[in-house]
Amino acid sequence: MKRSNQPVFWVLFGAGGMLSALLGAALVFVTGIAAPLHWLPTRTMGYEGVLAFCRNGAGKAFVFAVISLFLWHGAHRIYHSLHDLGLHTGMVAKAACYGLAAAATILAAATLLQLGF
Amino acid sequence: MALRRTYVRSMDGWWRRDPFFIHYMAREATAVFVVAYALILLAGVIRLSQGEAAFGEWLEGLANPWSIAFHVALCAIFAYHTWSWFRIMPKTMPPVVVGGRRLPGAAITALGLAAAAIASAAFVAFVAWLAS
Repeated sequence: MKRSNQPVFWVLFGAGGMLSALLGAALVFVTGIAAPLHWLPTRTMGYEGVLAFCRNGAGKAFVFAVISLFLWHGAHRIYHSLHDLGLHTGMVAKAACYGLAAAATILAAATLLQLGF
Repeated sequence: MALRRTYVRSMDGWWRRDPFFIHYMAREATAVFVVAYALILLAGVIRLSQGEAAFGEWLEGLANPWSIAFHVALCAIFAYHTWSWFRIMPKTMPPVVVGGRRLPGAAITALGLAAAAIASAAFVAFVAWLAS
């Protein structure tokens, strides 16, 4: 019997869903509201601060996990919702959704590694 | 056969027929915004790698009133995601047995929401500590 690849996508979906459920709103508040409104000092959310955070091993892993898992979570959900909206595009939708998540994962990993340690 | 036109009930707007389905679709729709936020962060990381000027432009873009308004909406949508995620958790995870009795769904939801509140508070406190 051919093994299904669904468990892999489901685990990524679940991990991203859990991470975004635990921290999503707080993350949006910090990066999208508090930082641009200068509620945080410039050195924290400015170039130097963010670069230092992304050069730290744990910081790098955190940023990578957020970007990649959020995308795998969203891609999986959108892919399965297309069917509910009456769009039965099959492999095209699957390739587009998971392809976006995979491409963003590779791009995020490459960029974060390029920043150095 | 081709001439027979059997009545087929339209499925258009099926999810608007029942509040349960509306909640389902609202929960699924949060995925679009989770993706949008991840792409905003990815753009930030890429701009960061291009140097100080590029990153400054990204930050400036975030300070745009439309961006602030979008992020306020995002914040509410993520909060809804948190609430719905833990609300369906009793159905998506294997049964938890504590002391020979099955843990009720409401307890799992409450524990999840408490965990989210603690994790979010800890994250904001960590950022405040970084800033101090």
